[in-house]
Amino acid sequence: MTADAAQVLRARRPRARSRAARVRVALLGVLGVLAVAAAWELYKALGPDDGVVVAGTRVLPRTTDLAMPHTWEMVARLLEPTTSQAGAAPLWLTVAQAALVSLAIAGVGWVVGTLVGVGLGLLMQVWRVAEHGLLPWIVLSQTVPLIAFAPVVRSWGARIEIAGWQWPPWLSVAVIASYLAFFPVAIGTLKGLQSPQRTHLELMHSYGASRWQTLRSVRLPAAVPYLLPALRLGAASAVIGTVVAEVSTGYLDGIGRQLVAFAGQASGDPAKAWAPIFGAIALGLVAAGLVGLVGVALRTYRRGEAS
Amino acid sequence: MSVVDGVRSPRRDRTLRLVAPVAVGLLGLAVWQLLVGVVGVSAHLLPSPSEIAAEWTANAGPIAEAAWITGVNAVLGLLVGSAVGVALAAVAARLRWIDQMLAPVVAGLAVVPIVALAPVLNSMFGADSEIGRRTIAAIASFVPVFLNTLRGLRQTTPLHRDLMRSYAATGPQTLRTLTLPTAAPYVLTGLRVASSLAVISALVAEYFGGPRGGLGAFISTSAATSAYARAWAYVGASILLGLGLYLVTVALERLVTRLLTGGAR
Amino acid sequence: MSETINGDGVAVAANGVGKTFDTRSGEVQALTGVDLRVAAGEFVSLIGPSGCGKSTLMRLLADLDSPSEGTIEVFGKTPAQARRDQDYGIAFQQAGLLPWRTVAANIGLPLELHGTDRAARAARVAELAELVGLSDFADRYPDQLSGGMQQRVAIARSLAEQPRLLLMDEPFGALDEMTRERMQAELSRIVGESGAAVVFVTHSIPEAVFLSDRVVVMSPRPGRITGVVDIGIGRDVPRDEALRETTAFFAKVTEVREALHGTPVTASGREGR
Repeated sequence: MTADAAQVLRARRPRARSRAARVRVALLGVLGVLAVAAAWELYKALGPDDGVVVAGTRVLPRTTDLAMPHTWEMVARLLEPTTSQAGAAPLWLTVAQAALVSLAIAGVGWVVGTLVGVGLGLLMQVWRVAEHGLLPWIVLSQTVPLIAFAPVVRSWGARIEIAGWQWPPWLSVAVIASYLAFFPVAIGTLKGLQSPQRTHLELMHSYGASRWQTLRSVRLPAAVPYLLPALRLGAASAVIGTVVAEVSTGYLDGIGRQLVAFAGQASGDPAKAWAPIFGAIALGLVAAGLVGLVGVALRTYRRGEAS
Repeated sequence: MSVVDGVRSPRRDRTLRLVAPVAVGLLGLAVWQLLVGVVGVSAHLLPSPSEIAAEWTANAGPIAEAAWITGVNAVLGLLVGSAVGVALAAVAARLRWIDQMLAPVVAGLAVVPIVALAPVLNSMFGADSEIGRRTIAAIASFVPVFLNTLRGLRQTTPLHRDLMRSYAATGPQTLRTLTLPTAAPYVLTGLRVASSLAVISALVAEYFGGPRGGLGAFISTSAATSAYARAWAYVGASILLGLGLYLVTVALERLVTRLLTGGAR
Repeated sequence: MSETINGDGVAVAANGVGKTFDTRSGEVQALTGVDLRVAAGEFVSLIGPSGCGKSTLMRLLADLDSPSEGTIEVFGKTPAQARRDQDYGIAFQQAGLLPWRTVAANIGLPLELHGTDRAARAARVAELAELVGLSDFADRYPDQLSGGMQQRVAIARSLAEQPRLLLMDEPFGALDEMTRERMQAELSRIVGESGAAVVFVTHSIPEAVFLSDRVVVMSPRPGRITGVVDIGIGRDVPRDEALRETTAFFAKVTEVREALHGTPVTASGREGR
């Protein structure tokens, strides 16, 4: 076998980690999460009851069971009923249901944000004037806090009625979430569409390819490695946007309301306040994981990606 | 400039860069004023630019005070979060097992809504403390600084590392002469991203309760009492705050780049 | 600045050196059974096709890798000790300058790391910049220099601590032919003045013949030494453009080429045997 053939074969075989190495990485990851819990318990055991006060402000929290419940108490509380009413569902179920609702809304927001973001990215790449004119405003748009939009969107929505179909309240939340999601997608799309090597573009020019053919054959595939992290960021932004918008618009069914409401009950039931937080964490992770699947589907276009 | 760059002259390109966004902005403002002032669309909820300007001048004092509170929270959070981010990234770059332990925690922090912690933090630290909001800003700043610093610390080329080894350079020497200058641009990129995140998260944390004061709290209460023009005036102040902090980090980035390369780049 | 040559010194002594790399597709024998001796002040080139192990051998001498078998001695010490004692200077194929330092700061890097005080450092840097003809560019940054100039800075840097041994891995590989020939003449002059021994890796036959006292020919799969050609041009003959056009030079180039191919080449250019 010649040296060249050996080299090609070596390159084609995927760089699979050995099973032992993968298990080790997973174990260390779990250890990391446990370390956070351990740090919590350690501070709780060693820290002063009233917290650490420096120059009049409390820099580290109170360590009483009321202020900082034990980690196992938080977990145990999940299995107990949500309220003291008879027949109340267990807490984890209530939280899971709310998280699913928020996930669905965030999903809609993400889809809308992605469509708008990709559309804007394409617009700005094809016409440079559009890039000069729109890009600064797009960047600036992200400095406007969500809450300014919430009542406006909700009120507009309440007025919209098309052939008997009323604007549902959750759609207001989704619109606000899409406002957060479109930004990273637009920037990522633009950057990706502008990323192809000059040699590739000159090649297409030598073929007499039209602008749209170049877009389809070279620019869009080249954009995939930039688009995927942008979509992931967009998903995270959609989740944040959903949670904040739920609080701002007073939407009842999602996890946002639970975050505020259960925290309000923390003086009587401190562990309960942490349940929706775990739900929100799970929500973010699931959203990121789902977007990761898109990356798996598009993996042929990632072959040129640097690690 | 080859054919693929387009045929516009550089000077025309430069003027277009300035004129286009201004034109779009003015157009947007005009449409807004038209829709609200003349056509009367949602006059109640979406006030005209002139109304907002009036509220701004009328409330200049409270606006400045609120901007100070939110600004201090954002800056303190940014400083603490960045310091912890750089320190942990330095450790993670050195010890692979720490990096592998931190990886899922940081990846999780990057995708979860950190503001979800705000209500619980407020009850932990007490409803009159700003520490909850600062913690949120710190965690939001930590993530981009940590990720970018870690990346930067790994950007040294094998060639440069071999060179240092051939000089029998000690660990601290290699750190000082090679690793840190290589990592510096990445750290500053992380800071730039973190600055906007710090302001936004400090502000959004105020929607979730806590002590009085701060831009977010006033936006929230103004909207609740249907004083929308005043709410938008506070929104304007928050835009300025975010922009201001962003420009500071950009200036810092330019300064360090100039120090490292003497303006050659 | 010339240095008295340590006449009885052996710069490099490698005995039965072998290096095996573990890759995913199995073991690769990069080097096997290498015996090499470089006297103090001698210029030795390592030449051979890709994969013959010449760069690997140089890295072993520099203690950037360790041998799987055999022993290496640099000035009678282990490579690790020689590295700690800074007995050698090294230059790579890419100049490897630190982009945030000026030319002067790059040349002075090893001096700075090893504690030379500022005044002595500045004097030595000025001397070295003059030596490679870059005194006017001392305050420039690497991205303002051409490839050839960057490589000259790298060579100046490798001479900073007046090493008795220079290890150079295809330092002119990235340059165009004209610049390359000029740099070869420069290097020959500099090394002659300093009296250092040189182990020079190259895959250019004329370059090896031009610069060296001896050319070591290597072959791949597995990497090993297959021949040594004594150039015998002598240190008193100036290395300049005229040398490249002498019959003796051509004859030596042919001899090295034959050794590389393993087949003698007749005077008319057709392969014999």
